[in-house]
Amino acid sequence: MAQQEEKPKVGVFICHCGINIGGVVNVPQVVKYAQTLPNVAYAEDNIYTCSAEGIDSIKAAIKEHSLNRVVVASCTPRTHEPLFRGACVDAGVNPYLFELANIREHCSWVHMREPEKATEKAKDIVRMAIARASFLKPQEEAELPVDPTALIIGGGISGITSALCLANQGFKVYLVEREPELGGMLRKIYKLYPTDEEASKILDASINAVMSHKNINALTSTEIKNVEGYIGNFEVTALKNGEENKFKVGTVIVATGAVEFKPVGVYGYDKYDRVLTQVELEKVLQSGKSAMDRFFKPQKVAMIQCVGAREEKPPRAYCSRICCMVAVKNAMLIKEWYPESEVYIIYQDMQTYGKDYEEHHRKAREAGIKFINYTKENPPEVMPLPDKRLRVNAYHALLGEKRELDCDLVVLSTPLVQHESAKELSKILKVPLGQDEFFLEAHVKLRPVDFATDGIYVCGTAHGPKDIGESVSQAYAVSSRAASPMANRKVRAEAITAVVDKDRCVGCRMCEKLCPFGAHRIEEGKSTVIEALCKGCGVCAAACLRRAITMRHFTDDQIMAEVKTAFLTEVPKPPEAPAI
Amino acid sequence: MTEQFEPRILGFLCNWCSYAGADLAGVSRISYPTNIRIIRIMCSGRVDPLHVLEAFRQGIDGVLVTGCHPGDCHYITGNYACEKRVKFLKEVLAQIGIDPRRLRLEWVSASEGGKFAKIVKEMIGEVRKLGPSPLRKEYQETVST
Repeated sequence: MAQQEEKPKVGVFICHCGINIGGVVNVPQVVKYAQTLPNVAYAEDNIYTCSAEGIDSIKAAIKEHSLNRVVVASCTPRTHEPLFRGACVDAGVNPYLFELANIREHCSWVHMREPEKATEKAKDIVRMAIARASFLKPQEEAELPVDPTALIIGGGISGITSALCLANQGFKVYLVEREPELGGMLRKIYKLYPTDEEASKILDASINAVMSHKNINALTSTEIKNVEGYIGNFEVTALKNGEENKFKVGTVIVATGAVEFKPVGVYGYDKYDRVLTQVELEKVLQSGKSAMDRFFKPQKVAMIQCVGAREEKPPRAYCSRICCMVAVKNAMLIKEWYPESEVYIIYQDMQTYGKDYEEHHRKAREAGIKFINYTKENPPEVMPLPDKRLRVNAYHALLGEKRELDCDLVVLSTPLVQHESAKELSKILKVPLGQDEFFLEAHVKLRPVDFATDGIYVCGTAHGPKDIGESVSQAYAVSSRAASPMANRKVRAEAITAVVDKDRCVGCRMCEKLCPFGAHRIEEGKSTVIEALCKGCGVCAAACLRRAITMRHFTDDQIMAEVKTAFLTEVPKPPEAPAI
Repeated sequence: MTEQFEPRILGFLCNWCSYAGADLAGVSRISYPTNIRIIRIMCSGRVDPLHVLEAFRQGIDGVLVTGCHPGDCHYITGNYACEKRVKFLKEVLAQIGIDPRRLRLEWVSASEGGKFAKIVKEMIGEVRKLGPSPLRKEYQETVST
């Protein structure tokens, strides 16, 4: 306790970041300014504070000047905060007594042509960080036990891969699949690009491995009814034929996949027999060439790309990523079976980037598949002919010519979209969906398979359109993410949580009502925070009329300190309030 | 006051979307005027009406609150709570003689660096037209002379 009440002694380290900051902001001037501010015991500049020398310099200064707060003025806390916190810990300062002042992304990089004003702003930013740092409090991260068992929701290739990966590491896995059989989307697919392997072969081998694995409990025809708890300690209620099955797990993996968009009312889909989607075509191809011969021998086939995808507004504003390769693959299959046929791919942009894929696209062109480029403004039209065939009128935007194609078959490449039931699952797990309705990761680049909620992860097409290779990679990624807390058997809970002052709380339940994670419980007329459930958003603290809730690390004191030091404004003094 | 009035804008940015959006403006070197100072909070839902009122009491000319787009909040519904509070606060501000346009709520995602810079520029322009906050000494001087 004594340490907490110690007067703040702030060390300030201002980074040149080579010329990234130093080329715009007059760093030595900012250092001089920082030295004049209250609570500052030491200030210096570094060429790169994040370098080994910079880190050593922080540690040495902490020792030499008995610093109990550290401010680094450099880049965004979203990248280097953990590094600098580590330096503090090494030198015996609690990591929550560290503060970053962002004078690169929010200053030098956006004010490159105004060096003087940028220097003044950098001073302000540093002043705010020092003011906030003076109010920082050390925090202890609680330790929670972790059950070394995983729940995987969805038994497609992502769920199967992740189940095998975790089970092989010795963790127990519940693999829950809604359908009577494992396999997911891959069941509906004939051959895979770029290898032309049959999907069923890959799938059968994996399913056999799952079914015979002693660590995997595969629950088919089963749905998730409820999930309660937090990382390490989730209580799952699953439902099979109306019967409840309850079990405990430490981590949860969402691998629920996606479905193909059905473009009802577009290009005669659902109206003419010979307008199919790519997945429907896969089913025809799966039945084999002889079966297809009995059906019909296509002379002319048109595939239309981006049907219902890349729209102006969400939810389907995205590129579905796989459709170009799917069309190329299926076009080549048709061409192989019926060499005399003409196959057209009517596209907006062919997006077949990546290893082996572009080569496949080139081979398709060499094999005589014809590509017609259309623009959004001039989409193709599909009209019925008297003999069941379809007339496709397309405007070739590159050649500036109209094309009239009388086709036996029109195939629509439609995007992968989220399951209807995903909204329900997102509520059960308290994890978000994005505007495209796919599950939303914690950070698109740095935490691509985590949710913001600890202990819950996402992989495969539940997270957005992907091909099999990418889904399998993500399945390995989530297995690794889920394995680390399970292997440690414990986790440290984030210390940025709400805490209730019982003396002030009157049990009005506002916090309970507002909390998106159910972290506030009213016990004996007072709110209590279940720390493992609290994610630290602070919605409750901002709403508490009794000011009974403190948001650790984002307290009112800390925020107000920044508000009050953001600008050095001269405010007319209000009259002194009379003593009551 | 012969110099052009430079508005002082305070921004409350949520950690997950908007702060990252402002970072992206930096990474993309999209320049905007230097008038804004930024406070990072975990969620726009953390913004307490008292924080905003304190900013105005400090003589700040405009407050910008930015959060994740509806449906994209990392805390699921924090941005909706924020939206309600800002709406209510604007009414309060109008009552106490502060133009509600001095408080602005915007949704900025982590990929919208350009949008963030544009909003900041727009807001500075708008507040510049409104003039100094009535709570600033400069304003009181212009009124009394």
